[in-house]
Amino acid sequence: MMSFLTDFFSFSFLLRALIGGSLVALCASLLGTSLVLTRYAMIGDGLSHVAFGALAVAMALSASPLAVSIPIVMAAAFLLLRMSGSGRVRADAAIAMLSSVSMAAGIVVISLSTGMNTDLYSFMFGSILSMTRSDLTLAVILSLVVALLFVFSYNNLFAITFDENFARASGIRAGLWNGLLAILASVTIVLGMRMMGAILISSLIIFPPLSAMRLSGSFKGVTLVSALSSLVCFVTGLFLSYGLDLPSGPVIVLVNAFCFLLFALISLIRKRSGPGPLPKP
Amino acid sequence: MSRLLTLDQVTFAYDRRQVVSDLSFSLDEGDYLAIIGENGSGKTTLLLGLLGLKEPAGGTIRRSEALRAHRIGYLPQQVPEQRDFPATVREIILSGRLNRHGLVAFYKKEDRQAADAVIRKLSLEDLEKRSFRELSGGQRQRVLLARAMTAAEGLLLMDEPVAGLDPIVSHEFYRLIRQLNKSGTTVIMVSHDIHCVTRDATHVLHLGYGHHYFGTAAEYMSSDLVASYLPGHGRKKP
Repeated sequence: MMSFLTDFFSFSFLLRALIGGSLVALCASLLGTSLVLTRYAMIGDGLSHVAFGALAVAMALSASPLAVSIPIVMAAAFLLLRMSGSGRVRADAAIAMLSSVSMAAGIVVISLSTGMNTDLYSFMFGSILSMTRSDLTLAVILSLVVALLFVFSYNNLFAITFDENFARASGIRAGLWNGLLAILASVTIVLGMRMMGAILISSLIIFPPLSAMRLSGSFKGVTLVSALSSLVCFVTGLFLSYGLDLPSGPVIVLVNAFCFLLFALISLIRKRSGPGPLPKP
Repeated sequence: MSRLLTLDQVTFAYDRRQVVSDLSFSLDEGDYLAIIGENGSGKTTLLLGLLGLKEPAGGTIRRSEALRAHRIGYLPQQVPEQRDFPATVREIILSGRLNRHGLVAFYKKEDRQAADAVIRKLSLEDLEKRSFRELSGGQRQRVLLARAMTAAEGLLLMDEPVAGLDPIVSHEFYRLIRQLNKSGTTVIMVSHDIHCVTRDATHVLHLGYGHHYFGTAAEYMSSDLVASYLPGHGRKKP
């Protein structure tokens, strides 16, 4: 075990993956709590596909992946928010549309430029080798912003998540907040995507809050459990994938799925054993 | 009694399509206004306008000082997504106080005391720590009423508060609102239920396509409009 750990930490890229990835997983789970509860969870999925297309374009142009994909994904996030708000196009259909078009465009661009190769494979399923120094810096900045938001404006965030109309009537500028959440989710997805893979990154947003909702009936409880379980699942998954020589993204998703099943089982046992006193928030 | 709200020839529109047109009425503190009208006659739009969430396309709305500071207890229509929301009753009721905070929002002692007072007033002590998703429809509506009262004691604005509740629970809810009104709270309620409206309300606003009726409840009951709205004569409520 010790030699496993010393091996692990002797590679600086692994250390970067561990720190950067943990921060991204933490941000994803916190933002995810709000996104899942406001029924915007599918936006995370849509954005990851857009990020795939954007990343392919960046590779073809040999441009910086972050500089190209972050603005594109942010624009897509605002577009999707608008579409789901206006009620004209059904939001889920709109997201599916945008997802498949971005994915298709990305694959065509890759075929035209570098050809189908290992790049595509690591795009789709993630690689722990991908966390660069600039990614890590951005991950630190992102988590600072998310942390500030949750520490100082947690109550506003709760109000908007629970009841946007009431929040607006209380003078909270919901449009501004939704925009901010969309921006932060975009950065989270772009950062996490290359490690988790384009088709798996949305699980970091969706799984932790859903698991947490099995255990806790309070918003505070769900937020805390979600963050904690996301962190534990990510670190466990990363070590497992390294030890078993498997791609990191899928292993992390499977650990999250296991956690969900475990929490669901606990909640089932609790219900069986009678109504009893509820867990404190 | 002081004037709370005056609307003068107000029009609301979405994409140039007028939803409410040429509406004038005024309301004093302590009034109980029932807003009725067919589906699509703009009841919810009018509420959003009173809350300041929708700008009128024409006319003027004059609000008293208190209303300008978002001091309105708003009870929106329940959305289905809320039913399985993980939040405790206390978390929800406290959030009514957010109209007194800005971007940085930490609850203070007086916020917690205000929430406690409302919790006692509506006898919600036993539910305080329970999760919203475990409550019955009637309990949920009491919790949302408590949140509205925590936001503002003086004015309650409700959008079909008894929709989806069974008759006994609705009856109980109306009784609660009547008590609050008797003790000085101004009530504005959108409702389909004309019986309770005419029994409890002091004023009635009937929104129609084209023209509106505004008057005291007694005047309204003797008008022709009622005949077309009472069950048996008009459309059954959904």
